[in-house]
Order: sequence, then C-alpha cells, then structure tokens
Amino acid sequence: MVNMILNGLDISVEEGTTLLEAAKFYGIDIPTLCYDETLSPYGACRLCLVEVGEPGKAKLFSACTYPVREGLIVKTNTKRVIDARKMIIELYLASCPSSKKIQDLASEYGVTEVRFTPKNDECILCGLCVRVCEEQMQAKAIGFIDRGVNRYISTPFERQSEDCRLCGACMYICPVCQARCQGPREEETICNACLNISPPCLEKYDEAMCYMDPCVACELEKEPDE
Amino acid sequence: MKKAIVLGFEVPRGPDGVSIVALLQAIQDKYNYLPEKFLRRAAREMEVPLIDVYSVAKFYKSFSLVPEGRHQIVTCTGTACHVRGSEKITEEISRTLGVEVNSTSPDGEYSLKCVNCVGACASAPLVIVDGEYHGNMTPLKAGKLFAQGAKGKTAVS
Ligand code: FES
Ligand code: FES
Repeated sequence: MVNMILNGLDISVEEGTTLLEAAKFYGIDIPTLCYDETLSPYGACRLCLVEVGEPGKAKLFSACTYPVREGLIVKTNTKRVIDARKMIIELYLASCPSSKKIQDLASEYGVTEVRFTPKNDECILCGLCVRVCEEQMQAKAIGFIDRGVNRYISTPFERQSEDCRLCGACMYICPVCQARCQGPREEETICNACLNISPPCLEKYDEAMCYMDPCVACELEKEPDE
Repeated sequence: MKKAIVLGFEVPRGPDGVSIVALLQAIQDKYNYLPEKFLRRAAREMEVPLIDVYSVAKFYKSFSLVPEGRHQIVTCTGTACHVRGSEKITEEISRTLGVEVNSTSPDGEYSLKCVNCVGACASAPLVIVDGEYHGNMTPLKAGKLFAQGAKGKTAVS
C-alpha cells in the first residue's frame, strides 16, 4: 500500500494504480476523454490534469498516466487545474462542436464562450478506437496515419480492411460520435443548454418531468423555422 | 546486429522484431516508391499488422506510395530556411521544371518535395538534389542549377 495526500485527505492506495484510479476509488470525479478502464492509458486529451507536488512547486500532470507514489501531494480541484481544464474544453469545443460529450463538459465547467475559430472536425485523436481495436478486439484494423496537424485515423490504404470484423467497438467507444442534442441553439458552436440549473418545466408543471441529468431544457421553445 | 531476410532484402532485426523503417527504405531505394502489394506481403512475412506498416510508410516524408520521379529535389522550408527565403526558391524550381510542389512532373523525371529542417541551418536556405546538399541558395542559383537539367541532361550540381 502507498500512502499519499489527495485533496488534503490522507489516503492509502494499492501500488501500481494511477492517480485517476485512486481518485475514483475515493469518490473524486476527474473528467476524462481518452481514458477507458479496460484499455491502456494514453494521456492524449489532458482533461484529467491534476496538480502534483508541494504547494508552490506543484506541476500539472495527467492523472490517468501518473502512477501513485509514497508521499505524493495531489490536488484535483485548484483554480489552476480548473482553469487549465476550461481552456482545454474551449479548444475541444472549437475543434468538435458537434459532440455531445464535449458540449456537456462545457456546460459542466461553465465554458460559455469559444474564442477560437470553429473547425468542425469529427475527431479529437483521443486514440480510444485504435486502442479498443487492438487491445480488446485483437484486430488492429485501424491506426494513426501521417503526423502533426495532418494526423488522422484510418485503415491501411484508406480502404475497408480485411482485419476489420465490423464489430463496431470503435464507434461504441468514440467520445465524439454521439451527436449533441438538438437544443435551442443547435446552430451555434456552443450550446450551453445544460447550464440551466432550474429546469424550464418547473414553470409549467411545478416539478421536473423527467430524469435527464443534466437537464437539456427540452421544454424551451425553439424558434419556429421560417 | 542480427539480420533477417524479408522480401529478399536484408534488414536488421531488433528485440521487438524486424525494423520496418529499414525494410521500407530498401524498397523505396530500389523501386522509387512503395508498391501496395509489397507492403502487404512484407506485413505478412514479418507477422506485423498491415496498419503498422502503412502508418510508418505514411509517417516519413521520404517514403512515397506513388511512383517518384527519377530525380529527387527537396527544398527545406524549416524555420531558418524559411526566413531566408526558401519559399521563393521552391517557386522558382517549380516554375523552371514545371513540377508542382509535393508531386512528380508528368514525364516522371523530377519530384519536388518540401521538408522541415534538414539539419544544416547554418547554410540556409538549402536545396537537396538527389542526396546532394546545396547551401546558400538564391532563386537565381536554383534556376541555374536546373537550367541544364531541364534541357534533358540530369540535374547537375
Ligand atoms: S484521460 Fe488522462 S489525458 Fe485523457
Ligand atoms: S531550416 Fe533548413 S536546414 Fe534547418
């Protein structure tokens, strides 16, 4: 067992776990986009940043790839961490505004503006599909092609791969495939419908009418199309 | 270093298998490009997934999946070369030889590529013709470099 301090709490966790797993075990939520329990950590999305080290000397690290060590001091909710995450979410929003998961994160973290030119990509290169194909499906049908800003995910020779069994695991695990809900501001880069703390149905029915969490404000009137 | 024979090429074998880069280099040297059927066969012989071979082939600029010209012209567009005017040089070469950037001339004679820093910034800007480095280039010098070449002889230094 390894003893360390997490958000001021003395904890002891099993050796060989990562900070992310330790935090999860103690009920502390850290957002992730490129992590999956069943796959090897990859550290691509940087959303799981936490502060590690003595106060004043602490640095930001990705929790999903950082192994626990004796005497570590870790903070998951400092201003620095939240600011960094907000920035990352803003960047993801600009590159992939059609993703439900990213829109939800934006609402959760109160990111209400995007200062970058939206790119409308369909991929954030988190590598989950590549890893699930290799590690869980043992197929290795897809991979990263090219490099730098031109990097993308594809099959050999950009054609249907013989190694692919059409299992669909890559789509299942993709964090951006799921389209955002068609809320009242579906045209805009940022939706923020989920920022609604008080569900609009309270005004109409005096109680919430469904168990959607977070509320997607489905009762808000959409502008009639002209 | 241990060796292995793949597709008739002798390539080094490390602790995690045959060097894909070395094999692809050998194929590229011999055929001037990487034919798809060779990559497929190589993957089978080395027992690595095809996607790994393909990723490596697409990663490095020195590999090409379409036939390359007989003469390789590479201009450096790295930081040092860029600030010393490599863009003009690329344009000049492209114009004299009638070959688009990052492609091959229709007669299959020249391929023109841009790369980022070839590690000789002191003599920026650089043009590499068939492996030979030409430093301190100007559009004028670059034009002269290919004046004879374009008339039918090989590219000269
Ligand atoms: S979850 Fe840790 S970097 Fe993506
Ligand atoms: S930038 Fe051209 S050689 Fe370094």
